Amino acid sequence: MRLPYAVDRALVYAVALLLAAWVLVPLYFIGLAAFSTPDAAYSYPKALLPVAPSAETMRFFLDSRGVVSSIVNSFAVALLTIVIALLLGAPAGYALARFAFRGRDAFAVLVLTTKMFPIAILSIPLAVTFLQLGLYDSIVGVALVHSAMALPFVILVTSGVFVAVSHELEEAAQTLGCSRWTAFLRVALPLALPGLAAAAIFTFVISWNEAFASTILTLRSRTLPALVLTALDQSPITFKFAGGFVMAAPAIAFIFLMRRYLLNLWGGR
Amino acid sequence: MRGVSRSFGRTPALRTVDLDVHDGEFMVLLGPSGCGKTTLLRTIAGLERPDAGAIAIGGRDVTSLAPRDRNIAMVFQSYAVFPHMTVRANIGFGLRMRRTPKAEQARRVADAAALLGLEALLERFPGQLSGGQRQRVAVARAIVMDADVMLMDEPLSNLDALLRLQARADLKRLHGEVKRTTIYVTHDQVEAMSMGDRIAVMGDGVIVQCDLPMAVYDHPATQFVGGFIGSPPMNFVRGAMSDSAFVAEGVRLRLERPPRAGGEIVMGVRAEHLRIGAEGLPADVLVVEPLGSHALVTVRVGGVPVKIEAPVDIGLRPDERIHVAVDQARIRWMDAATGTAIR
Repeated sequence: MRLPYAVDRALVYAVALLLAAWVLVPLYFIGLAAFSTPDAAYSYPKALLPVAPSAETMRFFLDSRGVVSSIVNSFAVALLTIVIALLLGAPAGYALARFAFRGRDAFAVLVLTTKMFPIAILSIPLAVTFLQLGLYDSIVGVALVHSAMALPFVILVTSGVFVAVSHELEEAAQTLGCSRWTAFLRVALPLALPGLAAAAIFTFVISWNEAFASTILTLRSRTLPALVLTALDQSPITFKFAGGFVMAAPAIAFIFLMRRYLLNLWGGR
Repeated sequence: MRGVSRSFGRTPALRTVDLDVHDGEFMVLLGPSGCGKTTLLRTIAGLERPDAGAIAIGGRDVTSLAPRDRNIAMVFQSYAVFPHMTVRANIGFGLRMRRTPKAEQARRVADAAALLGLEALLERFPGQLSGGQRQRVAVARAIVMDADVMLMDEPLSNLDALLRLQARADLKRLHGEVKRTTIYVTHDQVEAMSMGDRIAVMGDGVIVQCDLPMAVYDHPATQFVGGFIGSPPMNFVRGAMSDSAFVAEGVRLRLERPPRAGGEIVMGVRAEHLRIGAEGLPADVLVVEPLGSHALVTVRVGGVPVKIEAPVDIGLRPDERIHVAVDQARIRWMDAATGTAIR
């Protein structure tokens, strides 16, 4: 039996609101505490509105030992991850989009199966290997692991991006004096750029928020999530709120900036 | 083209195709979808490599050359106009890639834009243009290249009917002005008839007939060609000769000049070469379709439905019994087994 339209809509919106609240309410309280006085963070019951706005909590967090250098590390790792993941992933995505080669579908599935290995299981052998290779406790090492985590995503998204750029455009460029390579550079790449940018930013967020592998694989050159995670037991609640906010903010900004692209990429294929 | 073959997996798309296109000629490749005409065009462009055979342009063997070294220009079915460039940048793209001097680029882009009436649109982006305008940009972008051969892949198929009529006339005028050797792919036989200096009719990966449009129309080489060219297609009646009469299911037609053929044959006759009148073969009217300038009457002669072009005021009704006279000089005969014309 079909529900009346109004009831149907009401149910859909109720579930949507519930899901949104599930995500947004904690975020709101984290942000609120991060920008309130330390007293407000400790007080109970919590104020629902910003009654005691202050930069003191954030300043305390940023002044804590290792925080600024870990933010720098996080940026360095994330940028390196973007470079590695796109350099490896975009050509693979292009191949998936353009060429009908033997094992093409199998490859696409294989890319996804790499997601089946939990990083928790891989970290210890990785740490051992990195120690042997001299990559342990280095930004490059963490970036390599993050690249491996981001690659399946980058490959599938870029292939979606290149599928959307008509192959005839590149062929037209070839008849107009381009080689295969210059046709790609002059036509396909500029048209794919917004989609590639979306993939790059998402890669950034994956790396920025990754805590587990970074914790296992570093000692002194901690990334921000690794630092916050290891300091969790000994740190005051204000530190946690401020840290949580700094870690969540880029992801939220990303969602707002890239919403349209993501919907296109995942809904439009 | 000499013996050009191409297969995709196990499916042959081109089967030993031979074709000569003369300098300055407008050659139309005509055929139903999947007949290999687009593959042939792409092979000439260098976007497909032939499995066997050779292609030469102006005496120069280009078989193994990349598209950009063949001195060809191509108009794609989707137009393939670059969406991230203005109309001016689109038209000038090929010249930029060839590193033509700036001043000459500007002059040639302006000339091509004028030729296609795009002067006012040069600073626009393709997204701001209509389909017809985009099509003209694609043509301008190809024409500006001064290529040896102009290749066109169904350039009018994405336009609406009225615009297509206009664009057809424009392209024909353009060819008259620039006299560029052109190979034009279409599945629309009216386009082929109206534009082509010659038509190469393709079916199943081979060129079935290559001749002047009226020759293809009047003397189809096979039943397939007769059925593909002309609207409505040629009428076919299958039967056999008996004495000097053609005998089919419920039909007996005495012939003035019987064909020299035994066994099963097919009579082909066009709708405009049949006349409804007082004498001839008895027939029953099935449908009358008034088309403005004339009426298309479908009748049943013996067991076979046949289409006849009649005056629009013929005033017939379904189930009426009539007689159909055949213009015997216009009958074409084909072998029933192979479909090839008997001359």
